[in-house]
Amino acid sequence: MTSILVFVEHKNGAPRRASLEALGAACATGLTPIALATGPGAANAAAPLSAAGAKKLVVVTGADSYSPDGAAADVVAAVKSHGAVAFLAAASSTGKDLLGRVAGLLDCAPLSDCTSLTYAGGTFTVQRPILAGKAIVTAQSQSAIFCATLRPNTFAVATGSGSAEVVSVASAGGKVTVTGVAAKGDAKLDVKEAPVVVSGGRGLREAAGFKIVEDLASAFGNAAVGASRAVVDSHWRPHGEQVGQTGKTVAPQLYIAVGISGAIQHLAGMRTSKVIVAINKDAAAPIFKVADYGIVGDAFEIVPALTEAVKKAKAAN
Amino acid sequence: MKIIACVKRVPLTDAQVKVGADGASIDSTGLVYSLSFYDDLAVEEAIKTKEKLGGEVTVLTLGSSDASKELRECLAKGADNATILLDPNWAARDARSTAKALAARVKELGGELVFCGRVATDRDQSAVGPMLSAYLGWACVTDVIKLELTATGGTAQRETESGIETVSFPLPAVITCDKGLNEPRLAGLKGIMAAKKKTIDETAPVAVDAAVKVLKVELPAARKAGRIVGEGAAAVPALIDALRNEAKVL
Repeated sequence: MTSILVFVEHKNGAPRRASLEALGAACATGLTPIALATGPGAANAAAPLSAAGAKKLVVVTGADSYSPDGAAADVVAAVKSHGAVAFLAAASSTGKDLLGRVAGLLDCAPLSDCTSLTYAGGTFTVQRPILAGKAIVTAQSQSAIFCATLRPNTFAVATGSGSAEVVSVASAGGKVTVTGVAAKGDAKLDVKEAPVVVSGGRGLREAAGFKIVEDLASAFGNAAVGASRAVVDSHWRPHGEQVGQTGKTVAPQLYIAVGISGAIQHLAGMRTSKVIVAINKDAAAPIFKVADYGIVGDAFEIVPALTEAVKKAKAAN
Repeated sequence: MKIIACVKRVPLTDAQVKVGADGASIDSTGLVYSLSFYDDLAVEEAIKTKEKLGGEVTVLTLGSSDASKELRECLAKGADNATILLDPNWAARDARSTAKALAARVKELGGELVFCGRVATDRDQSAVGPMLSAYLGWACVTDVIKLELTATGGTAQRETESGIETVSFPLPAVITCDKGLNEPRLAGLKGIMAAKKKTIDETAPVAVDAAVKVLKVELPAARKAGRIVGEGAAAVPALIDALRNEAKVL
């Protein structure tokens, strides 16, 4: 059976959702999906990966500290030894970092952050946004091995049956080593992967104004805080939270823009969100042109009321 | 140390884009180009590194001769040399053919340290930097927000979804630069005058066949018209109702 290799990010064997989505996309091609996981606890991923459609799990051992070039070499070795025709990963920090390395080692042209993937007649075709979503490219890979990352929150997780066969291989090791990670609080979701994003802009007046945005995000329980470029440039918020062309492109189920006027480079980064809510005092703000629902008025009056209402709605669920 | 900053001209982030007549490209008519936001950080880090560790900085791009305007600005800021790998059909190149052409030139120049932007804000691939490192057989650290270098290696910090990673690496290396790494300087008058006298090298890149075929470029579908549910806090119940019963996201 022709196979497709999926790099799985995990925490002690618990796979990241975005990796399960990439595995789901691999399953949808009809090729045999092989997962590869590296680092402490990788073997623990066998059960959740089997349940999400993996037929085989390659556990890379001896890579207790992550090495990006080492991981790329391990992926390439697994692609070659299995005769895989494709390599997929989530379009996360790690996945995007890995993609270029793997594609270079395989001498193939990568396609990153794809939003659709089809496999027909031996050819992979993808769609991917360019210019931060201002245009969508449909492209066909003509490389011997198709290498791509897939946008989180875009592909469905598959359901598998049986247990994936588990094989262990020793890591080749690399030149570059991750020596430490200063973890964010566990409660803090990344803006790119959270199902709900509450973003704030200049309309919040000052850095402290983000309190109302943080409160609303925590009322949802599954929300990340995002920010406009203007407030990141003013150092009110870290760059990791920036949504837009020089920040992150997000596609959550629900995007709430608070006090963001909606400059074109911001809209590009969030316009594929499923549902968009805008709260802004200026009824003519461009953000209302992409919003499904808008409230015109003072964010400092509306957002705390919305936070209370969301808490009540969540409690009633 | 031979330091190279790889840069690309991209449409300004506030550009409105149109699809080209062939339906498989962007219409460049009327688009205003400048260096990709993150490439300015790469140039700044290259110059800072030269100031600290000595050596010389070459700014390298692949594109049309129009890039000489941006490259001259880099020279004015403190880069020593500039090269355009001249390809009038640069927009048709994929990440692989660009990375291979850059790798060949980096080798010719005897480069030891390459800075790239985290991503070029046109194709949004984030691929050329790490690919370049694979073709060169060098170390690579991407999305760097803090960097400490010695003559033989360094440590870097990068921002990921799970937190700030600290990474150690040897030279030679490719570093891709993220926002927060530095604040790019402005060119001074003296630099601008000196840059006017410098020659920008133009040379043909190695030819590499494309491995990605673009079938179509289209604008994203317009979003369904939304509605204003009301004004002020009084509109909150109507919003909750819409999110719960209409959009079903609550």
